[in-house]
Amino acid sequence: MNAVFLNIEETRVVQALREAGEKLDGREGEVVLDFSSVRRIDSNALPAIEELARIADEKSVKVALRGVNVDIYKVLKLVKLSRRFSFVN
Amino acid sequence: MVTTERVQERVQIPLAVEVLSAERIAYLDGLVRQAKTAAAVFTQFTQEEVDRIVKAMVLAGLEQAQHLARLAVEETRLGVMEDKVLKNMVATEFVYNYIKDKRTVGIIREFPERNLVEMAEPIGVIFSLTPITNPTSTVLFKCIMAIKTRNAVIFSPHPKAWHCCSEAVRIMYEIAVKHGAPEGVFTCLETPTLLDNAFLMKHKDVGLIDATGGPGVVKAAYSSGKPALGVGAGNTPVYLERTADLNTAVVDIIVSKTFDNGTICASEQTVVIDDEIYELALKKFADLGAHVCNEKETKQLERTVIDPQTGFMQPMAVGQKATDIARFAGLAVKPNTKLLIAPIQGVGREHPLSVEKLFPVLAVYRAKSVAEALRVCVEVNHAGGIGHTAVIFSRNDEIIRKFGDVINAGRIIVNSPGSVGALGAVYNDLVPTFSFGCGTGGGNSTTDNVNIFHYLNIKRLARRTQTHMWFRVPNQIYFNMNAVENLRQFPSLSTIIVTSPLLEQMGHVDIVRRHICPKTHVHVQVIPDAEPEVKVITQGVEALNFYKADQIIALGGGSVIDAAKIMKLKYESPEADLEYLAAPFLDLRKRVVQYPTEKLNRARLIAISTTSGTGSEVTPFAVLTDKASGRKVTLADYSLTPDVAIVDPQFVMSMPKGLTADTGIDCLTHALEAGVSNYASPYTDSSAMQAIRMVFKYLPIAYEHPQDEEARCMMHNAACIAAMAFSNASVGVNHALAHAFGARFGVAHGRANALMLPHVIAYNAAVPTKFMASPYTKGYVAHKKYATVSDLLGLGGHTVEEKVRNLIQATEQLLDQLGFPKSIAELGISREEFQRAVPELASIAFDDPSWRSNPRMPLMTELVELFWKAYEGRGVAKVGGTSQKQLV
Repeated sequence: MNAVFLNIEETRVVQALREAGEKLDGREGEVVLDFSSVRRIDSNALPAIEELARIADEKSVKVALRGVNVDIYKVLKLVKLSRRFSFVN
Repeated sequence: MVTTERVQERVQIPLAVEVLSAERIAYLDGLVRQAKTAAAVFTQFTQEEVDRIVKAMVLAGLEQAQHLARLAVEETRLGVMEDKVLKNMVATEFVYNYIKDKRTVGIIREFPERNLVEMAEPIGVIFSLTPITNPTSTVLFKCIMAIKTRNAVIFSPHPKAWHCCSEAVRIMYEIAVKHGAPEGVFTCLETPTLLDNAFLMKHKDVGLIDATGGPGVVKAAYSSGKPALGVGAGNTPVYLERTADLNTAVVDIIVSKTFDNGTICASEQTVVIDDEIYELALKKFADLGAHVCNEKETKQLERTVIDPQTGFMQPMAVGQKATDIARFAGLAVKPNTKLLIAPIQGVGREHPLSVEKLFPVLAVYRAKSVAEALRVCVEVNHAGGIGHTAVIFSRNDEIIRKFGDVINAGRIIVNSPGSVGALGAVYNDLVPTFSFGCGTGGGNSTTDNVNIFHYLNIKRLARRTQTHMWFRVPNQIYFNMNAVENLRQFPSLSTIIVTSPLLEQMGHVDIVRRHICPKTHVHVQVIPDAEPEVKVITQGVEALNFYKADQIIALGGGSVIDAAKIMKLKYESPEADLEYLAAPFLDLRKRVVQYPTEKLNRARLIAISTTSGTGSEVTPFAVLTDKASGRKVTLADYSLTPDVAIVDPQFVMSMPKGLTADTGIDCLTHALEAGVSNYASPYTDSSAMQAIRMVFKYLPIAYEHPQDEEARCMMHNAACIAAMAFSNASVGVNHALAHAFGARFGVAHGRANALMLPHVIAYNAAVPTKFMASPYTKGYVAHKKYATVSDLLGLGGHTVEEKVRNLIQATEQLLDQLGFPKSIAELGISREEFQRAVPELASIAFDDPSWRSNPRMPLMTELVELFWKAYEGRGVAKVGGTSQKQLV
């Protein structure tokens, strides 16, 4: 099983996350979402991230977030979503 | 604010949540989740973004001030619409004026001189209860505070003010989100119930409860187990003192008490008026539209507005006009009556109108004296208003201060209206607020006007400070052969030479006498050559007083010089209590006990040492023995340091070999311990290192060839230089061990030090079991400093470990050379006897202040181990030995 890499752009975080969720079919070993270009997330992004985590769990796919800045990491920590993902630099 | 209705909440608010339906719990959980998400997103916002949103909210609030005020009055039927408009404007404009330039994101305050920075951390989700009396203004205020501090708020308005509050929340929310605030940042609970409040107060994701309401709400908030801000009850006493500007005072009181029909809990409740101005004051009130009730009317009023069962005000009166209240009470008043004034004769349940009245009814009390007035004000303050607000009108500063002293109120308003004054920023420089902290007396955690800083966790970024240090030694030190000749440059009319019998016999006193300034009257005070006793000091001070001495020359070893230091102290400051001055301390600069600075007499102290070890001629220490109590008193203060030190080797040329060795090793121990001390500095290091080098070179010569002038001179100087080091860097665990052992077994101090020294070097050079906290050092450096010593001595070695080992070996060789016993066992102390003594020795050593500056904190077990190593002898002093891991 291979890892799938997806780039997340700040201007369409929610959309990109939804698309990532739709693409998951359980054959991927791991999905790596690259947040390197995302400076900030808004209230709408959090439910989308949560939904992606749910789908990934359902399909037993590991999701790793790459390049998440510490401000966003803190947001994920505060809403207790950080434990649903692994983080890579 | 206390209304009877809300007082009843005190027992009604349930903290159990079992009876909430699953659907309702899901709804409440959803609100919290939404707020939590918004608060999390909000953490990413910058100060500039936050300030932009706040400004937009403030402008919207100002624009909607009348709309919201009208809604509030229509819904609650309390207060005055026009006044509520003003409240809404204060809650926006005045609050904005206070907060606009305040930083609430990232670094909020910097204290460069303290190397301290304060940073903001939002709270997260705030659960906020708002009152019926100031409904929309409180919502506006809290919304602005929350955005300024990047928090999300769930509002639970008073049910009878829900519509106007939810409208205020809507207006604030929409404008905030429009300008970028996270969605969900404010929500307003639909049809809030006591059960909802109880559930949210205990919700795990609610960070803070901000309860503006009656005592019931506040108590429930504080009982929830969550951090809470609560506003306590009020009952504002006012002292109208005879020196007051009466015209201003009367208008101010009317302004305040009639503002929004008296609904602000800081408004005046009972005015205590000085007898001299009582009639005039009431006339002025009446002239300006107040109705002063007669005795019968007062009774009618009491029955109407105060609940006889509870003793609290009737809810129906709250926020009503004076004329309406008069009508309820059956009083005939003029149609334009603003205020009803009811004279009372005391405070308490028998005087119903002495409680809080959130409507335009004011109690007045005629006081015959200032004392009576203050007493009645205190009674009012304690009749339900502790911690809240009080007011005084006076021109007498002393009385104003006394009022402030005896009244327990977070806000004591002087010569201005209570209600508007307490709100802040209008009549004074108090922080503008709509929540009055009432301190512990009011069941609150603060007496502040609640403001943005209560909506923040303030983090303190404390950078390591470079603590200032010191290097203090006598003003003048004269050294080398015949340095005593310098005595003649010190003018004196009356000099006392303190010395020992032996030195007098040896002719040393005569040498000194020869060099004292001519025409000086000289008296010789001979004292025993032993640790000074109280009696010796007393006799010395008597002599100083008798001869009116202006100069003391201490000629002797450590004991004699110590005695002279204490005599000087008692001579100059007769009231000095030596026991008190000997109180323990950790840091010299922070010590509790201060030595006297006022001097009755003044005398110059010149110390001439006759041994080459203690260095007492330059140290700030002195030891006294109180034979009566059997106690030893150690004094330490730089004021004890002699003014002049004379280090003249002619006085040590005849020192016996044993004393030469003992004092020389004492000197070496001083230098080695000062060198690795936590208080060591480059200043003390230079002295310590030089002294060590001199000891290793000259002590063996002085020991073997006592008449070698150079060696004697250098050892005498080394003792003084080492003492300069340890006077400022202190000593260490070696001294603690030696003090305990020497005192118990009667072993000379230098000899006791020698028995411990190699083991202590090894001990300090190893990885500490427990590090000492020390702001003066960076990292653990003792082993490296020993290595530096080793290098200075040219002992060789490539690694730190080798160098330390070489230093220990060199020290052991020196001790052997000087004929010191290799072990405690060699002193003839049996193992059994030593075993019995060791626990107590360790305990005494642990109590000894000497080790406080040691680089390594000695554990009791380690002290025991060190004693045993000293017992076994020098062979066991190995770096990285038994239980010590070597540092590299």
